[in-house]
Amino acid sequence: MTTLYAILLYVATLIFVLGLAYRIYEYASVPAPLKIPTMPAPLTRSGVVLRILSEVVLFQSLFRSNKWIWLFGVMFHLALWVVLLRHLRYFIEPVWTWVVLVQPFGKYASFFLFIGLVGLLTRRIVVERIRYISNPSDYLMLILLLVIGSSGMMMTFVKHTDIVQFKAFILSVVHLKLFHWQPLPLNAPLLIHLAAVITLMIIFPFSKLLHAPGVFFSPTRNQVDNSREQRHVARWAIEKFETSSR
Amino acid sequence: MAKANFATPAFRPYPLIPALQADVMKGNGPFVAKPEIQKPLGYPGELLDNWQEVALAKMGELLKKYRSLRVFLDACVKCGACTDKCHYLLGTADPKNMPVARQDLLRQVYRRYFTLGGKLFPKLVGAQDLTKEVLDDWYNYYHQCSQCRRCSVFCPYGIDTAEISMAAREIMACVGKGQKYCNEIIGKVYKIGNNLGLPEPALRDTLAGLEEDIKLDTDVDVRLPLDEAGAEILVVTPSADFFAEPHIDGLVGYAKVFHQAGISWTLSSHASEAANFGMFIGSYDNMRRIALRIREAALDLKVKRIVFGECGHAWRVAYSFLNTLAGPFDFLDQRYPIPQHICEFTYDLIQRGALKLDKSANDHRRMTFHDSCNVARASRMGNIPGGQFIIPRAIIKATCNYYYDMPADTIHDQTFCCGGGGGLLTDDLMELRVKGALPRMEALKYVVDNHGVTHMAAICAICKSQFTKVLPFYGFQLDQIVSIHQLVSDAIILK
Repeated sequence: MTTLYAILLYVATLIFVLGLAYRIYEYASVPAPLKIPTMPAPLTRSGVVLRILSEVVLFQSLFRSNKWIWLFGVMFHLALWVVLLRHLRYFIEPVWTWVVLVQPFGKYASFFLFIGLVGLLTRRIVVERIRYISNPSDYLMLILLLVIGSSGMMMTFVKHTDIVQFKAFILSVVHLKLFHWQPLPLNAPLLIHLAAVITLMIIFPFSKLLHAPGVFFSPTRNQVDNSREQRHVARWAIEKFETSSR
Repeated sequence: MAKANFATPAFRPYPLIPALQADVMKGNGPFVAKPEIQKPLGYPGELLDNWQEVALAKMGELLKKYRSLRVFLDACVKCGACTDKCHYLLGTADPKNMPVARQDLLRQVYRRYFTLGGKLFPKLVGAQDLTKEVLDDWYNYYHQCSQCRRCSVFCPYGIDTAEISMAAREIMACVGKGQKYCNEIIGKVYKIGNNLGLPEPALRDTLAGLEEDIKLDTDVDVRLPLDEAGAEILVVTPSADFFAEPHIDGLVGYAKVFHQAGISWTLSSHASEAANFGMFIGSYDNMRRIALRIREAALDLKVKRIVFGECGHAWRVAYSFLNTLAGPFDFLDQRYPIPQHICEFTYDLIQRGALKLDKSANDHRRMTFHDSCNVARASRMGNIPGGQFIIPRAIIKATCNYYYDMPADTIHDQTFCCGGGGGLLTDDLMELRVKGALPRMEALKYVVDNHGVTHMAAICAICKSQFTKVLPFYGFQLDQIVSIHQLVSDAIILK
C-alpha cells in the first residue's frame, strides 16, 4: 500500500504540475488579437491588477450575478484555502509558527467547505436552469470534493489516524526516499482521502478546474482600456496583413 | 415577413425568470446566404461536402488565434451565474438561450475533438460529435445571440458569449453556411460603400434635401457637405442616418452642432457607413477590409479628425478596433481622441458653453435613455471609466428638462439589449426580436407608469430601427424612440 500510494503521488504530482504548466503556456502563447475588455474597464495596468484581484478574492462579478452561488462559492473556496494552509504542516519540518496558528481555523473551516459544497450540489440538482447545463462530470467533481472533505473531517473529528506516522510517510515521499518510504498508516479514511486527492490532481489539467489559471488570462478582465491611445496588433495579423506594405 | 405567428410576451408583474421550455425556439434560423452573397466575402457559396473537416480545421485555427476562445471554452464551471441574464432567455424561455447553454453548443464539439476528456469519455463531460444536427443548432441558436455581452458582465471568469458566437458564425461562413442579412450588407459596403446601398448621387441628393429642410425650419444655412477635401473633420455615421426615422433627425442634429461650433466637416461617399458587420460574423479579415475604407477616406479628404455618429457596434469597432485594424493614424491631429464619438464632441462644446440650448424646446418630452450594449459594455467615451454612461445622459439633461432613468439593474453596464443587435435586425427573425425586447420594454414601462416618460433616446442605429419596429408590439408608439442629437437639434438656438 505504501509503495502504491507513494508512486501514485509522484505520478499525480507530475501530471498536475506538467499539465498545468502546459495549459498556462498555451493560454499565454495564444494571442489576444483585439481589445475586448468588458467595460467599464480600468485605464491602467495597476487598475487591471485590482480588477482581477477583486474577481479572484471577492468574486465580484459573481456577487453581482447571484448571491446564493456567490455565498456557497466563497464559502467553499475560502475554506479550501484555509484547509490547504493547515495541511502544510505535513510537508514541512519544523512547522512554521503561522502554520501552527492556522490549525484550529483550518479544522473548523472544513465545515464551511462542506456546507459550501453541499449548497453548490443542491443548487445543481434543484434549480432547473443549472440542472439543464450540468454534465455528469459537473456532479462528479463536486462529489469528489465532498469525499475529500468528509474523509478529512472523519480523521479530524471521528476516527483519528496516526498522524505522526503519516507525516513521516509524506516527508519520505517529499524527500524522494525512493523505495525506502516510511510506512503509510492503514486507516480507511486516510486511504480514501489520499486516493480522492490523487484523482483530483490528475484530472485538474484536463477539466473545468482550469478556471483557476484561466481567470487570469481572460481578455475581458485582464485588458487595459487604452485602445485609442495604443495600437494593439497580434503577431499573426501583422504577418498576414502588414508584412508587404512596410 | 417569414414568421408572423407568435404572441408578444406579456408584461410580468415581477421580472421573474421563466420556467424553461425546451426547444421552443428550435428552427431553421435566419435566411441562409446564397452563393452570390457568399463569394464576394471570400466564403464558399454553399455547404461544402467536407464541411465537418473544414469546420474542425477552422475551429483549430481560431483556437490558436484567439485567446478568448481558448480560455472561454476551458474555464466555464457551469456555475449558472449567466443563466438568467440573457434577454432572449427571458423573452423566449428556450434553455439554449441561456448563455452557458449557447456556448455549450460549440464547447461540446471543442471537447470532443480538442480535449482528452472529451476524446476518452464524451458522455461524461458532455462532448458531442459534429453532426448535421449540431450544425443546425449552431446556425439557429448562434443567430439568437445579439452579442450584447450582458452575460460576460456577470461571469466570474468574464466569459463572453459574443466571442463564442462570433467564432461559430465565422466557422459556419467558412463551410458555406453564411447568414444572408449580414453577408449581403457587407457585400453592399464593398460594392457601393454603405449598408443601404445608397450610391453617391442619391446620398448627395438626400443631403441637399436636408439642407433645404433645415433652411425652411430655421432660416439658417446649415451645410451637410459630402466629399469636401480639406475639411477639419470626417464624420462617419451609419447609413440609416441618411434615410430612416428617427435616425435622420440625429444627422440634422450633428450638422447643427458643427455649424454652431464653426468647424468644417464632411461626409465621405467612399466611407458612407460607420457600421462594420464584419464584427457580427466574427471575421477579422472582413472587419479589417471595412475599417480600411475609413482610413482611405480620411487620407483622401486630408482631414485632421474622425468623428463617429450614433451607432453602437460601429462605435465599438471604432473605439476598440480601428487603431488595431486600420492604424496607425499618425496623420491625424493627435490633440483629439482618434476616433471621437459625436457625443464626446457635443458634450465638449456644451461644457465650454459653445452651444446655445433652449431646454424648453423639449418640454413636450419626458425622457429616458437606453444604453446601447456595444457602447455600454464594449467601448468608452471621455477620459474616465464609465464616461459612456455619463456623457449621453449629460447631453440629454442639457437639452431636456425632464429626465428619468430606468431601473438600476437595466441600465449602464447591466443594460438590456434592444433585441435586434448582432446582425439579427432582419424581418425573418421578427419573432425573436419581439420576444428579446421584453426586458427592455418592461423597464421602459416602469418609467412610463411611474414618471410619465414619453420618449426613450438611444445612440445606436440598430436600437432605433429595432424599437420603431417592436414598440408597437408592446402597446407603445413607434415614434417614442428618438436620437440624442434629435434632442440637441430641437433645443439648439442657431445663429
